[in-house]
Amino acid sequence: MNRLRAWCLAPSAAVLVVLFLAPLTILLAYTVLTRGAYGGTSLPWTVENWARLADPLYLGILGRSVGVAAVSTGICLVLGFPLALFIARAGRRKHWYLYLVILPFWTSFLVRTYAWMFLLRDTGLINSALLALGVIEEPLPLLYNYGAVVLGLVYGYLPFMVLPVYATLERLDPALLEAASDLGARPWQALRRVIVPLAMPGIRAGSILVFIPCLGAYLTPDLLGGGKTILVGTLIQNQFTNARDWPFGAALSLGVMAVVMVLLMGLIRRQGEGVL
Amino acid sequence: MGNVLELRGLTKHFQEQVALDRLELTIPEGELFSLLGPSGCGKTTTLRLIAGFEEPTAGEVYLHGRRLDGLRPYERNVSTVFQNYALFPHLTARENIEFGLRHRAGGWPGDGARRVAAAMEMLQIADKGERKPAQLSGGEKQRVALARSLVLEPEVLLLDEPLSALDPNLRKQVRTELKALQRRVGITFLFITHDQEEALSLSDRIAVLNAGRLEQVGTPRELYLRPKTRFAAGFLGPVNWIQGVGVRPEATQVAHERPGAEVRSLAATVENAVFLGNCIHVETRLATGEAVVAEVSRFNGTFERGERVHVWWREGDELAL
Repeated sequence: MNRLRAWCLAPSAAVLVVLFLAPLTILLAYTVLTRGAYGGTSLPWTVENWARLADPLYLGILGRSVGVAAVSTGICLVLGFPLALFIARAGRRKHWYLYLVILPFWTSFLVRTYAWMFLLRDTGLINSALLALGVIEEPLPLLYNYGAVVLGLVYGYLPFMVLPVYATLERLDPALLEAASDLGARPWQALRRVIVPLAMPGIRAGSILVFIPCLGAYLTPDLLGGGKTILVGTLIQNQFTNARDWPFGAALSLGVMAVVMVLLMGLIRRQGEGVL
Repeated sequence: MGNVLELRGLTKHFQEQVALDRLELTIPEGELFSLLGPSGCGKTTTLRLIAGFEEPTAGEVYLHGRRLDGLRPYERNVSTVFQNYALFPHLTARENIEFGLRHRAGGWPGDGARRVAAAMEMLQIADKGERKPAQLSGGEKQRVALARSLVLEPEVLLLDEPLSALDPNLRKQVRTELKALQRRVGITFLFITHDQEEALSLSDRIAVLNAGRLEQVGTPRELYLRPKTRFAAGFLGPVNWIQGVGVRPEATQVAHERPGAEVRSLAATVENAVFLGNCIHVETRLATGEAVVAEVSRFNGTFERGERVHVWWREGDELAL
């Protein structure tokens, strides 16, 4: 039995070692090397790359990235929770609504981000329509700013919030809501004291699933932010391309991973305390 | 004493299906009143209409003369013990019991802590307060559910088959305790059950429902001994239907000799005799083909399969429908 289990686990273990652990080790090695003249790495060994992370410039970018990811996660939660609740209570139609939630995944994220650019740019659909209607005199600055980046992230990652929250709400015994109402709780009290606490596992899972990719996102900030708001994803990408500073890019990557892991540990520890 | 609840022409349709059809029912103050019937008879629908989880298609619900239908569940001073108790799994037993006092219209009452403690004491769960529902046994969960409702001092306590989730050994004991509890708190209990023995053993009064209609209301004794409909007679216990007359098996006797003219008797053949320990079920068949079961004492002699016997009963024991 144990041997069978070992054989069944072997393929996934191999995948994790080869595709995850090995690159991570290489990345870790890069962080203590010197940049090569045309990219790549060379000797001597150094801790310079790690020291540079403490530069207020980079700390600022990391802080801003955490901020954007947190705001996007918060908006996803505020939008996603009611949607998940609605779908969970939609009866037989809920499968259709779930289908609609995952429908965007059928096209590439890149294409969908470009679609937002067409909507938001100065000569885009929204501005053209508002200009034509005479609501505005000049195009609104909808694209290439902080708001556009958050909008793009919320749009892209909302399903990752809706699906786990839906999964917990769907399992919620309707008798518990009847009991809350029977005991005198008004709908918002039932929401706060019964529905939200019981949906916490889904809310935590959804928040993690949204926060992490938002923190590392580089496509959306690049396209919708126009490179004006530098976030850590773009910064890392730059190190490996334009700046040709692989060791610093590696140090940045691992730094972001460390931040994510610290945040995750905190969440998991809290989750462990509650009875799920 | 007056009436707590009055149901007038209470009707509920689900799509085209009639779940409850013009139910007229008056429930007196301070009684343990049971709604008895098979599944789908409308008893649970009635409870849900009183609690406010459903709205009637037609008819009215009055609580102490005030109209209740149309109010939200949190606006009604009735409380429900759910079939599976519906305890909040993320709250401790104590927090479950405090839930209603925290959310009632007037806010947490000055004597709230004392009331919670008294309810927990009464239901013997004072030492279980810090446990989560998952850490409680079935019986303890039921006590928490009862305490959670009773602490609110509702005008009526609605109980939806509260014993069905317990294991059979516990059920009889809890039945007795429930009855004692109702006497002690003096609150009217409206008890939903499909189990006739349960209803007979703990009710002051029983309403028998069938297919959304009221069959009969009465004390356990009245319903068992003087049922008005064939359904009520059969649902409260087994009946021998002999040429249109109903006789309970325990009122039916079997004799080897033809009895005197002071009782009614018919010739029959023994088809089977089942020894049940405290009694014997003698299964016989009349010349008309009707099956008659007599529940007799083992001191009344032995009966063998194929034997020619006489079944007899007293006229006074016939169920007059």
